[in-house]
Amino acid sequence: MSAPGLSEHPAARAMVARHRLRAWEPLPWILAFGFYFAFPNHLGFGTDLLIMILFALSLDLALGYAGIVTLGHAAFFGAGAYAVGLLAHHGVWNEPITGLVIGAAVAGLIGLISGLTLLRTTGLTLLMLTLCTMALLEEAANMGEKYTGGFDGLPNLPIPPLFGLFEFNPLYPRVQYLYVLGVLFVCFLFVRMLVYSPFGQSLTGIRENVLRMHAVGAPVNWRLITCYTISAAIAGVAGALWVQTNTYVNLTSLGLDRAATVLIILVLGGYGRLYGAFVGAVVYMALSHFLAKVYPTAWQLGLGLLLMLIALFARNGVLGLWDRLMGRLLSRRAPP
Amino acid sequence: MIVGTDILSMLLGGLAAGMVLFIVSVGLSVTMGLMGFVNLAHGAFAMLGGYVIVLTMRYWGIGFVPALALGFVVIAAVSIVFERLLYARLYRASELDQVLFTIGLVFFMIAAVTLIVGPENQQLMLPSWLQGQLDLGIVQYRTYSIFLIVVGSAIALGLWLGFERTRMGAQIRAAVDNRRMAESLGINIDRLFMLTFAFGSGMAAIGGGLGAEFIGLNPQYPLIYLVYFLIVVAVGGLGRVTGVFFAALIIGVLDFALKKYLPQGGTLFIYALAILLLLWRPQGLFGGKPT
Repeated sequence: MSAPGLSEHPAARAMVARHRLRAWEPLPWILAFGFYFAFPNHLGFGTDLLIMILFALSLDLALGYAGIVTLGHAAFFGAGAYAVGLLAHHGVWNEPITGLVIGAAVAGLIGLISGLTLLRTTGLTLLMLTLCTMALLEEAANMGEKYTGGFDGLPNLPIPPLFGLFEFNPLYPRVQYLYVLGVLFVCFLFVRMLVYSPFGQSLTGIRENVLRMHAVGAPVNWRLITCYTISAAIAGVAGALWVQTNTYVNLTSLGLDRAATVLIILVLGGYGRLYGAFVGAVVYMALSHFLAKVYPTAWQLGLGLLLMLIALFARNGVLGLWDRLMGRLLSRRAPP
Repeated sequence: MIVGTDILSMLLGGLAAGMVLFIVSVGLSVTMGLMGFVNLAHGAFAMLGGYVIVLTMRYWGIGFVPALALGFVVIAAVSIVFERLLYARLYRASELDQVLFTIGLVFFMIAAVTLIVGPENQQLMLPSWLQGQLDLGIVQYRTYSIFLIVVGSAIALGLWLGFERTRMGAQIRAAVDNRRMAESLGINIDRLFMLTFAFGSGMAAIGGGLGAEFIGLNPQYPLIYLVYFLIVVAVGGLGRVTGVFFAALIIGVLDFALKKYLPQGGTLFIYALAILLLLWRPQGLFGGKPT
């Protein structure tokens, strides 16, 4: 044990306590369970929502924690999706749980290879490289029409029951919802553990001051590559889930649209704070579910305005606004 | 079999497309080089310009060349408003904020144009003197493509002269190379940037109008060609007029040739090439060493 005086220091106490479970942290999971019972007719939407949360969570790891500004994260979602879709379509392998592992492995491998080459660059070059990598994969999927179905994709993929027991019913996606919720929970625990570990702390250090991290001897490049690979693998899991629950795969899984959507979700909720992905996905998906189909153009107009407003005024998203609000209320209640 | 005249006509078609790419992208290169601002909404100004040009020609019946001039003036004026009110707030913001803001602006403009004009493709009616074929002696080719090559070269020459030989060009070059030093020498960067931004957006508008005839003009334009404009700028180097010129021509010719002889995977090669190029020279093929 260190000197008692030092461990009583407020900063030291905050650092020791920051990874502990907060009282409100079970709340999202209770709500997710409640959704299952409260809206049995909207479980398809709920499943999509949970998948987007997982995808946004993976981006949070790269963008929010390590500060890798990428425009091409959908490449990994699509890689996981196509890995599972291709294997199922050609009758090679379609068991769901191992499918997730395969999706994660393929996406992680692409993340590793591209990370090894791309992460040496920064700024505009990095943006361009991530964008081009995604465009390359998209074009490849479009081109390999014989295997990937090109623009139309692969419909009606045979996905066997989960554990051989629970059938995925496309009309009543109850099994899908619980399955995705379970996978999201496991992945979330992993990401939570990761960001509070020394590894996660070093990522934050790299984001905040890369020069200093070099100076203290942190292997900056390898940390970034590792983070990028893990992030890609989780995005691959999200893509694999998307294919398994929808039983189809097509080009929408890896275009600029999806990459922009996940970015919007993350910044809407607030990046670099774990639960931003949850808040952002709920707000975005709920709005788009009800507005986008009825007023597609007005939806895009509003989305554009929202993005500009976030960039100009609310850089930490909904959760950042909440923090500011609470901070103001608390400081008023307890005058210094 | 590919014969000489095929290669020549392929070159001409590619050059014409490259000229349009150049005219649209040159402003983006200079503004990005000046401020380091990641502007993904540049194509939106090209689209707006294209709409101004096509719609004024159709409804007011003005000629092609006056419409191009009008497009330049209108979009330059509009972009000054955007620059002063919105962009200027984000010069010191993080890259992510700039990306978000400009993506938001693209969405906003796409939706606004869809609401006001409609989602359909707008057809540009070329004046009769630009239609048909022109006999070049060796090969017959579309008059409009030749026109584009001539106009593009003239613009490139003009810009090069302006960039290399005028006081303002020297100020821009100084600011691109070392902004803080240029500021300490008393160059008013804000004003310089506003003017360059307006000029670049106006050029994009002209490019949008010139290209409307063969690359199309619809509300999705800024998203469809975003990657192309960015590749041209990234390959050409930030803040380099000549670099962007050659990069645009190379990409225009490559794209044209690949689409003709390899329609299946043409774009794939462009992306792969851009990735390799950027890995090899992150500052662009023609860019100087980053300072």
